[in-house]
Amino acid sequence: MSSVTRYTPSTQSARIVPGQLVLADGETFEGELCGWLPDDERADEVPGPADGRSLTVAGVGEVVFNTALSGYQEILTDPSYAGQIVTFTYPHIGNYGTNADDDEASRTHVRGAIVRDLARAPSNWRSTESLTHFLERHRIPAITGIDTRRLTRHLRDAGAIPGAFGTGHVATLRAAAQADGGTDGRDLASLVSTTVPYRSGAGADGRLRVVAVDYGIKRTILRHLTRVGCDVEVVPSAMTAAEILARAPDGVFLSNGPGDPAAVAGAVSTIEGLLGEVPVFGICLGHQLLSRAIGGRTYKLPFGHHGGNHPVSHLASGRVEVTAQNHNYCVDPDSITGRAVVTHLNLNDHTVEGMRVTDVPAFSVQYHPEAGPGPHDAAYLFDEFVELMTINKA
Amino acid sequence: MPKRTDIHTIMVIGSGPIIIGQACEFDYSGTQACKVLRAEGYRVVLVNSNPATIMTDPEFADATYIEPLDVPTVTRVIERERPDALLPTIGGQTALNLAVALHEAGVLERYGVELIGANIEAIHTAEDRQKFHDAMVEIGLDVPRSGIAHTLDEAMSVVADIGYPVMVRPSFIMGGGGTGIAHDDEHFVEIIVRGLAASPIHEVLVEQSVYGWKEFELELMRDHADNVVVVCSIENVDPMGVHTGDSITVAPAQTLTDVEYQRMRDAAFACIRRIGVDTGGSNIQFAVNPVNGEMIVIEMNPRVSRSSALASKATGFPIAKIAAKLAVGYTLDEIPNDITRLTPASFEPVIDYVVTKIPRWAFEKFPDASGVLGTQMQSVGEAMAIGRTFAESLQKAMRSLETGRAGLNCDPGEIAYDEETIDIDELVRRCAIPTPDRLFQVGAAIRRGVPLERLHSLTFIDPWFLDQMLQIVEERHRLEAVTLAGMRRADWRRAKRLGFSDAQLTYLWGVDAEDVRSARTAAGVLPTYKTVDTCAAEFAASTPYHYSTWEDTDEIAPIAKPVVVILGAGPNRIGQGIEFDYCCVHAAFTLSDAGFETVMVNCNPETVSTDYDTSDRLFFEPLTDEDVRNVCERLQPVGVVVSLGGQTPLKLAHAIERAGFPIAGTSPASIDRAEDRERFNELCDTLGIPQPPGGTASTVEAAIDIAGRIGYPVLVRPSYVLGGRAMRIVYDDAGLRSAMHELGTAGSLGREGGLSAERPALVDRFLEDAIEVDVDAIRDVTGEVLVGGIMEHIEEAGVHSGDSACVIPPPTLGHEVLAVIEAHTRRFAHALEVKGLINIQFAVKDGSVFVIEVNPRASRTVPFVAKATGVPLAKIAARVMMNATLEQLRAEGLLIPPANGGHIAVKEAVLPFNRFPDSDTLLGPEMRSTGEVMGIDRTFGRAFAKSQAAAGNHLPAKGSVFLSLADRDKPAGLVLGRRFSDLGLDIVATAGTAKALQEAGITVTAVVAKVGEADGEDAVDLIAAGQIDLVVNTPRGDGPRADGGHIRRAAVRYGVACLTTVAAALAAAAGLEDALMGEMTVTPLQEYHRGGQLRLDL
Repeated sequence: MSSVTRYTPSTQSARIVPGQLVLADGETFEGELCGWLPDDERADEVPGPADGRSLTVAGVGEVVFNTALSGYQEILTDPSYAGQIVTFTYPHIGNYGTNADDDEASRTHVRGAIVRDLARAPSNWRSTESLTHFLERHRIPAITGIDTRRLTRHLRDAGAIPGAFGTGHVATLRAAAQADGGTDGRDLASLVSTTVPYRSGAGADGRLRVVAVDYGIKRTILRHLTRVGCDVEVVPSAMTAAEILARAPDGVFLSNGPGDPAAVAGAVSTIEGLLGEVPVFGICLGHQLLSRAIGGRTYKLPFGHHGGNHPVSHLASGRVEVTAQNHNYCVDPDSITGRAVVTHLNLNDHTVEGMRVTDVPAFSVQYHPEAGPGPHDAAYLFDEFVELMTINKA
Repeated sequence: MPKRTDIHTIMVIGSGPIIIGQACEFDYSGTQACKVLRAEGYRVVLVNSNPATIMTDPEFADATYIEPLDVPTVTRVIERERPDALLPTIGGQTALNLAVALHEAGVLERYGVELIGANIEAIHTAEDRQKFHDAMVEIGLDVPRSGIAHTLDEAMSVVADIGYPVMVRPSFIMGGGGTGIAHDDEHFVEIIVRGLAASPIHEVLVEQSVYGWKEFELELMRDHADNVVVVCSIENVDPMGVHTGDSITVAPAQTLTDVEYQRMRDAAFACIRRIGVDTGGSNIQFAVNPVNGEMIVIEMNPRVSRSSALASKATGFPIAKIAAKLAVGYTLDEIPNDITRLTPASFEPVIDYVVTKIPRWAFEKFPDASGVLGTQMQSVGEAMAIGRTFAESLQKAMRSLETGRAGLNCDPGEIAYDEETIDIDELVRRCAIPTPDRLFQVGAAIRRGVPLERLHSLTFIDPWFLDQMLQIVEERHRLEAVTLAGMRRADWRRAKRLGFSDAQLTYLWGVDAEDVRSARTAAGVLPTYKTVDTCAAEFAASTPYHYSTWEDTDEIAPIAKPVVVILGAGPNRIGQGIEFDYCCVHAAFTLSDAGFETVMVNCNPETVSTDYDTSDRLFFEPLTDEDVRNVCERLQPVGVVVSLGGQTPLKLAHAIERAGFPIAGTSPASIDRAEDRERFNELCDTLGIPQPPGGTASTVEAAIDIAGRIGYPVLVRPSYVLGGRAMRIVYDDAGLRSAMHELGTAGSLGREGGLSAERPALVDRFLEDAIEVDVDAIRDVTGEVLVGGIMEHIEEAGVHSGDSACVIPPPTLGHEVLAVIEAHTRRFAHALEVKGLINIQFAVKDGSVFVIEVNPRASRTVPFVAKATGVPLAKIAARVMMNATLEQLRAEGLLIPPANGGHIAVKEAVLPFNRFPDSDTLLGPEMRSTGEVMGIDRTFGRAFAKSQAAAGNHLPAKGSVFLSLADRDKPAGLVLGRRFSDLGLDIVATAGTAKALQEAGITVTAVVAKVGEADGEDAVDLIAAGQIDLVVNTPRGDGPRADGGHIRRAAVRYGVACLTTVAAALAAAAGLEDALMGEMTVTPLQEYHRGGQLRLDL
């Protein structure tokens, strides 16, 4: 199939298609459809649940909100948003356009975008494409003009909840929302993972060989691993411990990714097979999977953490890191007692943000030290991974 | 780490008088800091010379010194109070410079005072241009190519290396004073000379100009554990080249990708760490090349700044409050976020709205200034607006400015940019020049079809902002086509979401304003009030800080108590500033205490009134009919306070009353009766209170008739006066003709069609040499009148009361005159059925009392009277307006008898002439001061001397005084000459004055030529050569451009104290005489207020 990208001119003459967003609980919001508008007659090309493949139901997924003031392109390309529709709390989205360098993945997995105001005229020296074109090219439906603050307050109280938007009636949209299974119990990581291994970064010049297990890895993570001198091979999430160890890595990195850690097929046994053999570093979903591999429990937060301003305490130093976060699930600290120590805590809600396994060289953080988007306060963790690998090697 | 217990007493230094570049934002920060430190259990000693501040209210510190902010005075305070620590970072550049000076004088070390929140090394590195430059290079940040110069020669060799254009910045200055861009040698030399003079260390930085680059600012906080957070990012609409204080600025940054923003954040962190700011707030300014993203660091302020106030109001993160806590040892994660209460302050606020700030200028007051904006700040105030989109916040901010505009054009003011008025090429040419009108010009150019690319290439305004303006223009065209009859709900919503005001729609459709409002309401489109919560709704907010927007739902918590809406004063301007904010804040405090739910409505981000801590609910809204009515409709107040915020809320009184909401206090009808000249004349006749003779005229002929009848000189002014706009004193027919012509064509009157029977000019006999007296009084609902204060002006009538120094108690008025003044005050208060404050200006001439003006509202002297007497007039007035009686307030202990500490208080005005070097400094009926100071002591002379020192007019104890007096001043001048001579000062004079002095037996040391005369040195030469220490120059007739003007301008340029009235010079002599009686002393306000009881009527 050749590219199905269909551009509509994103100028002031762009058609205004009134639409609405309806949540599974019936809460309704008025707006205008924008971004990619699937045509009814090409419904089969639209990803998403079977009953939602039309302009009537342009987008369906679990609705979450992200409070970051910048970085919409990175967010929209972050595989961790698979199965989700992201609401941007900052009203102007698209101001600085998009560019080839800031994608976090080559394919997008997000189910849709909800904004207050989609910019029509991007302005930035690096911009090569407007956000409208970008959404069209990546086939991401979107709805603009939404009272996103009302929506955010609702999600804050009701928790992350499926929703659907399009031109359809409230009942149709609500039914589509209710038919969406949400993210609980769904192995979304396997869906977004690469199917074939590939190399990234420093290549043969890298001092250390790292295998990165792709549960939905972001390019910024790969850039950081390269920055600290790693030669990285990205492998599918289904790869076994034996296959990974056969590559003789100096360390294994467990990536971020979407959805419920309890549902990622085979991950726990893979990680169990790695622990004690090579140093392991996990981020976000990788952190949750590592904790499950040492017998920990994960649970779902009411509406998750999605943004770039969460204060995290590095317990050893008492220093505060302002961090990027994007997760709905979380590790129960009591469940890892004995096997690991909590190294980082979220200062807003005191949830676990990082841990170190005590008997083997492995550590992980819930937040995103690579940022992309977000602050760089915790980039030191990549250096710590290198240190751990170097010590282990010696 | 918990707070420090090894320090007990902390000294806080305020920022002194309101001046351009340093306004009431430092009252906001200082008040917050004092509150926090006291709440933490520290003993707070405050020094600030500005009586109109909330922070100098005696309850905000344990010892409050209203004293000059100079090293000798503050040293005396330190000797007396022996503080353990000094917090110098919340009083602007003034406090920081003073702290450095105290350190350098060895005072801090001698008395063991520790600087907290800053260290000397960090201040020097941040403030010294070369050190800052080197520090940035050291950490790998780009800075403009530059060099330091201490002389003109050095500067010339620096510019030879860098090449034009270059920017010149003097070291250790605030608000960009003395800064400029030069494109050639001639201009360069001029700027260097001024810059070297402006810098206290005679040093300037010459650097590569980045004119037209994008400009950003980051507001940072750092704690002693090295945690750093960004509180707010700010992007300027006006690119580099226009001072940030004069730029339209937007929060958060709009056009940076996250990659670029994080790079800037990393650079800012590296900068604050390298500079070594221990704890507290800093702001760092960046320029970004729009073509390739090249980023350079421009400057950093290692202290709370004007931008921090804006950032605090924009995000809800109280920077000064947190800075004070960090200074005493807390870390960010130990301090709760005020708004969410459950999360800590160690985070970075995120917002879900757009904030736009637009400065307000006062060029109409300085007709000789060019009106072009540049690298030196010239604005006197600012308005901020919050909207969900930039377009909405921009239009709200534009109507918040109260310059008669309803938004981005689409109002009667846009006629100035119409095809009939201005050629398109001329309009485009003007867009290229940054002026206060530029935004309107750009808006009009867009409407007239000028491509955005062209506007961008001329203005360097980012295309994103221009496109937002284009969206407003397009919507206007759409609305025009739809017409009122065709408006559906979606149309209303779309228009309102782009910030259109009902006033703009009324103009657009040529319909009645009420029809627009009722049609919109009928369509179900009502404003919704959202909350400023630091977290984009991620967490519940406990602070009711709201803004209006047009969304689905609002967030106003249920109302439990009767609501009083207090309307603030809007953006600061000359004639309406912090004094009115003071009154509004007091009203909020006292009415909350009295059981009301207080609601503040204001749009000035600098103020204490817009601190969410001040009132029970804060609505950050424009002060227009529509916006205020919307708030009232939503909250259903039992009273709306319109008479404490100056003219701004007063002008809304009728609309609010018509809309069915009760006005608190004196009725609008009574206010009108005092403001309407004809009706006021009738009132005076009825009461038998004499006025200077006069009349109203709408034509030149009528004016000349009146002058013929009453005799010259006459005072001419428009019937609607604010801060003496367009007032003139004329001495003959020619002068009167020109004044009438000017009135009819210039200013707002000119815009609205000139003079008419409805809007006539007032022509009154000007009482020369009369003593002007100001009275502030309160009348309650039972008719009891409290005379709060009688102030005698030092400058004679004819100098605007706001620019005149005044004294409590009146030093020269006899008991009989005072009794007459009091009696008149009572009669006016009764006749106007005043409920609340009334201010009356009298002129006393040869023992007769004439009434000049009556204003049944708060005046700008209310805080001064309160500080002088200890009686909280504004609080009492607010209670009285809500029907409390004075008797009741006496019983409650709020109304206390005035203090009698045996003291005298002098209020002196502070004028911004150093920012407008081409303006004449002569005082007149047009008010031009931006702020005030108070001198308080036990003799008049000492109090006056303190007031002059506080105002920056340092009276010399020795040296030369240059006397140049108008003929009519010469008799008094002889007395003056003798007193100065007796004080040991050398007298320098022009031939005429010298002759008169010598004939009276007074030694004249030097006789100088008149300015412009061919031979011999003139006064300007001597001033330039630093040989004059005090200038006394009184005007001759009304030709301000005569040689007096050159002398006065030279005095300003070279920083020599300059007095322009004999009365002020006599007071100065008294000050110098009293100074000889012994060392100056300092006494806290609390001690004066405790000192005993004075008669109620003073």
